[in-house]
Amino acid sequence: MAVTAAPPQRELVYRHALMVRITHWVNALCLLVLLMSGLQIFNAHPTLYFGSTSEPARAVLSMDVVQQDDGSYKGITSIGSHAFDTTGLLGLSKGYDGKLEGRGFPQWLTLPSYRDLATGRRWHFFFAWLLVINGLAYLLYSFLSGHVRRDLAPTRGEIGHIGTSFWDHARLRFPKGDEAKRYNVLQKLAYLAVIFGLLPLVFLTGLTMSPGMDAAFPFLLDMFGGRQSARTIHFLCAFALTLFFLVHIAMVFLSGAFNNIRSMITGRYAIEPTEGTHVQ
Amino acid sequence: MSSDRISRRSFLARGAALGGATFLGGCDQLSRSPSFREVLSKAEWLTKNVQRLVLTERSLAREYSEADLSTHFKANGSTSVADPIYQAMAKNGFSDFALSIDGLVERPTSLKLEELRRLPSRTQITRHDCVEGWSAIGKWTGAQLGPLLQSVGLKPEARYLVFHCADKLGAFSKYYESIDLIDAFHPQTILAYDMNGAPLSVPHGAPIRLRVERQLGYKHAKYVQRIEAVSSFAMIEGGRGGFWEDRGYEWYAGI
Repeated sequence: MAVTAAPPQRELVYRHALMVRITHWVNALCLLVLLMSGLQIFNAHPTLYFGSTSEPARAVLSMDVVQQDDGSYKGITSIGSHAFDTTGLLGLSKGYDGKLEGRGFPQWLTLPSYRDLATGRRWHFFFAWLLVINGLAYLLYSFLSGHVRRDLAPTRGEIGHIGTSFWDHARLRFPKGDEAKRYNVLQKLAYLAVIFGLLPLVFLTGLTMSPGMDAAFPFLLDMFGGRQSARTIHFLCAFALTLFFLVHIAMVFLSGAFNNIRSMITGRYAIEPTEGTHVQ
Repeated sequence: MSSDRISRRSFLARGAALGGATFLGGCDQLSRSPSFREVLSKAEWLTKNVQRLVLTERSLAREYSEADLSTHFKANGSTSVADPIYQAMAKNGFSDFALSIDGLVERPTSLKLEELRRLPSRTQITRHDCVEGWSAIGKWTGAQLGPLLQSVGLKPEARYLVFHCADKLGAFSKYYESIDLIDAFHPQTILAYDMNGAPLSVPHGAPIRLRVERQLGYKHAKYVQRIEAVSSFAMIEGGRGGFWEDRGYEWYAGI
């Protein structure tokens, strides 16, 4: 039998359906606007509580301006009974005119950058509706087309080898060849947790902050332990989504920025051959 | 090779910084553009209509128990009224105060505080949600607005009630608010004269504060002096139906 070392072939596969690509980018825009306008809204009262009301004794996180003994000011972030000096970033940071001003999150993280709760709310609710409509379109497509079952649901075998996948990731070894045509198990679990965990939770806790929705669906208040608890959980969800975003971006860059970004725009993804398997 | 990599990295970093700054600047510009604000405001129409679809007239805001009362209920917005006539009335425990109800009503009426206290009343322990994000629980007693409106008789063209207040915020314009008839006739909508079992204090809007429990705090006008039934609020003050609405906040504050 003739054994020839065929030159490894790069293969372009169609990885992301049009609907997935569109909803991905709409989702990305919505989450960015919602995060930044949400921080603007948070800044109007930069303290979080557990329970129904804003009892100071039940505060769990707070960003305040505190005057020091020498008359100067510091931005102090308190989490539980621990206080941290966060001057320049949280509690006290440079405003538009370059002067220090008391504000929870700094101006480069809020939308609009200047203090304007009314406008922050306008942005937030418009893009919240867009996120909901986009999310429903995605879910409808994903269930009907089999995207969830085919691409997202992990197989029994994959769950069994989750440890291996974890170590491969930790060593920044990414799948090649046929393996790279599918989402790997950690990817699947992360996407499922965001789509069916964090996003529904951020949506429901958002609704719970609405006095109108609380009158229509009083069980929302019981589900989350009161309106202020819901506000705190909403904030934690935003924090978790931001962490997901940072890891997601890191993975995009570590496993080939150009290839990944192209695949989410045109749908085409290049598969690198695995070495030594192209022996016939 | 390594210098290539460094310059590429700094290029990427600079690109990201520039992109970020452009995005932020662009968002600020959009925030100030009246036509873009008009687009963003479409969400309010959607929110109001969807909420009204799931809210029935029997959907009540959650009522709490005495044990849930907030130890400290922040008095927000105006906490006093500069008007000397108001101050004189406050000295007399508002015995000279009269609430007028006029506009598109069959029988324009003026009600003294003690007359208001004799009307059908309701006591409710509810949560006050400020647009800033905080909440406090208080106990409110007041005359139900629905029966009062029935007794003065609304004209068929009346669509909104405008609450004219005694206080000025920011020294410029008087506070005012408006609600539609759905909220006006809701059983929990009251003209509160007692808070936590005592006559309403000046910081909380003495002698009368509107409670419209399924909306945010700024709808709950304090220092109410006059209720005007109108077909449209377009010609009142800034034309958007309230002091904060004229400054960009939603007229429908159920969210």
